[in-house]
Amino acid sequence: MHLHKYEKWWLIFGVGALITFLIVLGFGAFYIGTHPQSHGITIDPENIEAEEAFKPENLGLTKVDEGQYVLNVVATAFNYDLGKDEDGNPVKHIQIPKGSTVLIQATTPDVVHGFNIAGTNANMMIEPGYISSMEVTLNTSGEFTLLCNEYCGVGHHMMYATVEVTE
Amino acid sequence: MAVEKLINCQQDSRLPLTVTKSDSKLYMTFITFAFISLFIGGFMGLLQVLVRSGHFTLPAGIDYYQVLTVHGVILGLVLTTYFIVGFQYALMGKTVGISDTQRRVGWIGFWVMTIGTILAAITVLYGKASVLYTFYAPLQAHPAFYIGLALVIVGSWIACFVNWRQLYVWKQKHPGEKSPLLAFMVVINMIMWFIATLGVAATVLLQFIPWSLGYTATIDVLLSRTLFWYFGHPLVYFWLLPAYMAWYAIIPKIIGGKIFSDSLARLAFVLFLFFSIPVGLHHQLTEPGLDTTWKFIQTVLTFMVVIPSLMTAFSMFATFEITGSKKGYGGLFGWLKHLPWKDVRFLAPFVGMLAFIPGGAGGLINASYQLNSVIHNTIWVTGHFHLTVATTVILTFFGITYWLVPHLTGRKLTKSMNRLGIIQTIFWAVGMTIMSGAMHIQGLLGGPRRSAYSEYNGSEQVAEWGAYQMAQAIGGSILFIAIILILYIFIQLTFFAPKGKEEFPIAEEEENAEPTPMWLEKWKVWVSITVILILFAYTIPIVVVIQHAPPGSPPFAWPIGNN
Repeated sequence: MHLHKYEKWWLIFGVGALITFLIVLGFGAFYIGTHPQSHGITIDPENIEAEEAFKPENLGLTKVDEGQYVLNVVATAFNYDLGKDEDGNPVKHIQIPKGSTVLIQATTPDVVHGFNIAGTNANMMIEPGYISSMEVTLNTSGEFTLLCNEYCGVGHHMMYATVEVTE
Repeated sequence: MAVEKLINCQQDSRLPLTVTKSDSKLYMTFITFAFISLFIGGFMGLLQVLVRSGHFTLPAGIDYYQVLTVHGVILGLVLTTYFIVGFQYALMGKTVGISDTQRRVGWIGFWVMTIGTILAAITVLYGKASVLYTFYAPLQAHPAFYIGLALVIVGSWIACFVNWRQLYVWKQKHPGEKSPLLAFMVVINMIMWFIATLGVAATVLLQFIPWSLGYTATIDVLLSRTLFWYFGHPLVYFWLLPAYMAWYAIIPKIIGGKIFSDSLARLAFVLFLFFSIPVGLHHQLTEPGLDTTWKFIQTVLTFMVVIPSLMTAFSMFATFEITGSKKGYGGLFGWLKHLPWKDVRFLAPFVGMLAFIPGGAGGLINASYQLNSVIHNTIWVTGHFHLTVATTVILTFFGITYWLVPHLTGRKLTKSMNRLGIIQTIFWAVGMTIMSGAMHIQGLLGGPRRSAYSEYNGSEQVAEWGAYQMAQAIGGSILFIAIILILYIFIQLTFFAPKGKEEFPIAEEEENAEPTPMWLEKWKVWVSITVILILFAYTIPIVVVIQHAPPGSPPFAWPIGNN
């Protein structure tokens, strides 16, 4: 089969760019270790409290060390359960000091949800039967909206909370 | 006494064949169905952008997500499939012929698809299936919704079988000859469609239908999602390849040129067959239950489509340049002048090609493993596929409509219709630039897709999205005007345009073109390589999903209001 000379150059350039691009992706993934969340840890969706992290008293933000936090979340249609405050009201606003790392752990007892702190890389799917988890470092201060970005039913757009990154 | 040469010439079935009235009835029925879908789906789209502007609420308690389900199902699945099946039948009829039996079976396919569509439509209209076109478990729609979808798939398989049979019969009559380019392309696209829909058929027939009927108590959510996306990515290539058929083999004729390279076009289609299917995991990158290694492997396979895409881009511009210089337009950019800008049959697909430059680049971003977390499920993704399918593909389909419909109805594309078509194309380009551009930006700022109007926590961040949602409403309204225009043109070309003969443009090869190597027709090899690639990419992930499955999910009907 005949290839035009210019077409050869074009394809060599294109394939070369592609290989470079894939090497960059592979370097990022396997050398630096930047992967999307993938843990494969399962949980019984009808008994999520069997897992310590998702017992009602352990939900929400917990400080484990200086600059280190754990955020346990149960997503249900149409609510993020971030625990209760001292007065027994559901927490809808959490504050995290800038620069701290947060280990997010989330699951759901019902349908598929999204977990996205809008405008950040904290973006994952939450599926019944699995624990979603990723560690993020919040380096930009401000008020961010935690919202559901996978359709979960008629109240999907009413599912949110606020994450404030404080100076 | 007849001239012998003339008789031979007329019997040579390599000439474009004529389309009989009964043939064109079949093709036109599919295409008409597609345009009815365009109207309904487009109207739903208008309602969505208006709701999301924050200045409009749906009357009579209609739910936003019901509207969104109609929009996605009718445009993504119904319009595309009907237009493609109709167009591909026309291409096959014109290049290899269609027998009476084949046509009758084609009608059976139409009715199976249509009964399925109506069944699914009823469930959606009664609010029993507001599950969007991805119908993710464990949200549970009425069983008739899933049965309807299964029938649409089975109906489209009938079209696959007929198209394969058409080429097979032709090859029997023409031993040792290469198959006509367009027939080759149609058969490749239908092989891809058949292999890809096996996945969605498996999840619908084996998981969703028994579960929604109550025969099984639970469903494996991740398995259903993996099978859906095994189908979901080749679905977009099933939309794109018919547009490529027009670019490779029809546009050259419209601009007065020849096919750049017959063998290169075939090779590109074979590569699309290989690399469209074993890549679905790149839609599932942010899911918890799949292994990173396989996500990465499928990411790499995803990017292989860059190669046939670059070949396609080269072929297009080479055709334009070669045709221009033959007509005597010299210089580096002189060839641009010769292109028939005032011919809508060229202009509409050309604007589609341009849209594919940002569309393709956005696709690279979406699939690129780490960057995916930035845009996953944001409205950036919606902006992306409104460039690719809703501009590149659909403008090419409109470009096809301008000659195919009058050709089939025995009418002419008049000057005034041509002018209206150009206006339509401009409206579409402007409307989509505004709407899709605003979606891309809002997505980068974190705005979610598939969401009704919401002020969320009332923060500054969310308030910032408002302007972009307003821009989407403006762009969407312009697009709706463009939909009204194309429907008017379609009705004119079908019923009212003056009688005449409109050309079915099929480009030819250069007279001194190098012969196409016969190895390109090794169908068994191509199918085998495709299957091997799929087995490689999917066997281990699916085995792991099944073996390490968590307890299954019971149905959830109440979240979608299906009580």
